[in-house]
Amino acid sequence: MLLIHCPYCEEERPEVEFAGAGEAHIDRPKDMNAMSDAEFEKFFFIRDNLKGVNYERWRHIHGCGRFFNAVRDTVSDKFLTTYKSGEKKPDPAKLKTGKGAK
Amino acid sequence: MAKIKMALARPPHEGRRFANTAISIEQALPASRVSLRAGSNELAELTKPLGFKLPTRPGTSKIKSSLSALWLGPDEWLLINSNPKTVSALMEKLDTIKCSNVDISHRNTAIIISGKAVEDVLNAGCPRDLSLDAFPPGSCSRTLFGKIEIILWRLTDDRFHIEVWRSYSEYLWAYLLDAAKDTG
Repeated sequence: MLLIHCPYCEEERPEVEFAGAGEAHIDRPKDMNAMSDAEFEKFFFIRDNLKGVNYERWRHIHGCGRFFNAVRDTVSDKFLTTYKSGEKKPDPAKLKTGKGAK
Repeated sequence: MAKIKMALARPPHEGRRFANTAISIEQALPASRVSLRAGSNELAELTKPLGFKLPTRPGTSKIKSSLSALWLGPDEWLLINSNPKTVSALMEKLDTIKCSNVDISHRNTAIIISGKAVEDVLNAGCPRDLSLDAFPPGSCSRTLFGKIEIILWRLTDDRFHIEVWRSYSEYLWAYLLDAAKDTG
């Protein structure tokens, strides 16, 4: 079974305890009323859905219940790293060389 | 004001027991439970009504006489109080502190499983590493058992307390019994 490191529980837990929650680092707009429909559509619906390394939100739903962020390669399904919500996006260059990889 | 009549929460597996040479499964004694949520600023204040410091290290628990606190998340604990006399007094004290204290006594029940094959029986439904290194006595964690969510709490090397939602407990009981038949 795939093990995922929960940054709040500070240990690796089985995949079934987790739920994916879409792309990470999407900032909520400060003033939604001032947005055009096209801008709102981009914020609300349009996702990158890249092949390869993605920044994703995950939730440890059957554990501590917390949302956190993860860097995952969608080709290999390998988690490069996980980090707490609110923390800065890790540098992808460092992750690719293996630094910070779990 | 009219006195409110409360339904009594009778343990769902009262009187049932399974035991062979390797495993024993039984209903845990009745207890009251509180879901406690508090921020880090309130932790110091909570020490007084509880009588001990809440565990803050992930996956750890604390027992002091009849009261236990289990770490479930960074701001969430499960309190289990086995002394019915102190239940309301504790709730009243918690009410004065900025925290969420919800009585979930009637929602949860618990099953005690013990014996030398306890890890094998639990691993029939739970994917966690339950070796003593990874999950030593005192460890607790919300996790999955088959299709249901449970809180697993290791009391001693070969004794676990499984906290479960009352309506799920029949499933848990049947599953454990099925797994236990392969032992002993």
